[in-house]
Amino acid sequence: MAADRFPVEASHIMMFARAVNDANPIYHDEEYAQTTEVGKVIAPPTFAQSSAQFDPEYFLRPKVDEPWFGSGREATGRAPGEGGGGGPAGLHAEQEFTYHRHLSPGDVLTAEMKPGKEWEKQGRRGGSLKFREGITEYRDQNGELVITARSVGVQPSKVVEQD
Amino acid sequence: MALKASDLSVGDEHQEVVVDNLSRTQIVMYAGASGDYNPLHTDEVFTTEVAKYPSVFAHGMLSMGLTGRMLTNWVGDGRLAKYGVRFVAQVWPGDTLTAKATVEALREENGEQFVDLTLSTVNQEGREVVKGQAIARVDP
Repeated sequence: MAADRFPVEASHIMMFARAVNDANPIYHDEEYAQTTEVGKVIAPPTFAQSSAQFDPEYFLRPKVDEPWFGSGREATGRAPGEGGGGGPAGLHAEQEFTYHRHLSPGDVLTAEMKPGKEWEKQGRRGGSLKFREGITEYRDQNGELVITARSVGVQPSKVVEQD
Repeated sequence: MALKASDLSVGDEHQEVVVDNLSRTQIVMYAGASGDYNPLHTDEVFTTEVAKYPSVFAHGMLSMGLTGRMLTNWVGDGRLAKYGVRFVAQVWPGDTLTAKATVEALREENGEQFVDLTLSTVNQEGREVVKGQAIARVDP
């Protein structure tokens, strides 16, 4: 994930908390939040992932006037071989966040992604699995590191079969 | 309400049902909030006809977010120092997920108390979908 400017906003936090089925008022009620140890609205622990909204290149968001690989008139908006089915990043295998502090409305972050390790494993049902790690550093408006995220993506050589 | 180290023992557990009968709409809500609009999560036509999965399925990050609710409900708000998971099985519409944290260790670091937790989230069949670990700051 990469973003030059990721403004952390109250309504985005509220929507994100709803999306993870969490009604905790610390994520939307400023008056309540002031009575808590934290003292203000904070973001749920996985909120930093929504920096995707602020990554101009993020490939899993339809772009203005560009064909999208999801369905419209046809089952896919792109010819075969043009990507899709998870795209180049494949499926998400692992995710880890280290919190130096928790995010609040008003924070303005940058996100910088550095490639990590790469490795390959034999899949249980044949074919090989390629793993790729990325480390994203989230820094606040003062340049302080606030969250370090480690992500591992896996690209199977064929569609993973279901049990 | 934060946890107290003095009230905790290795092996203590906390579990919660974090979603009951996961809806496709909930998955779409996660797509909209997170910005991950991958049709594999939002577009049944693409997912069944082109990608050849039996249906859309949840973002791994939705499973992690749901599991995080159990975690913050237990350790308290703003107390997490680290939270990591592996996505071990896919989560489908209709699934009911139960997330559990188990105390692995209690320790002191630079005058602060921390609890190490192992995490496991299972579906209605008892199949593990998320496996993880977390570190939270606790009161003495």
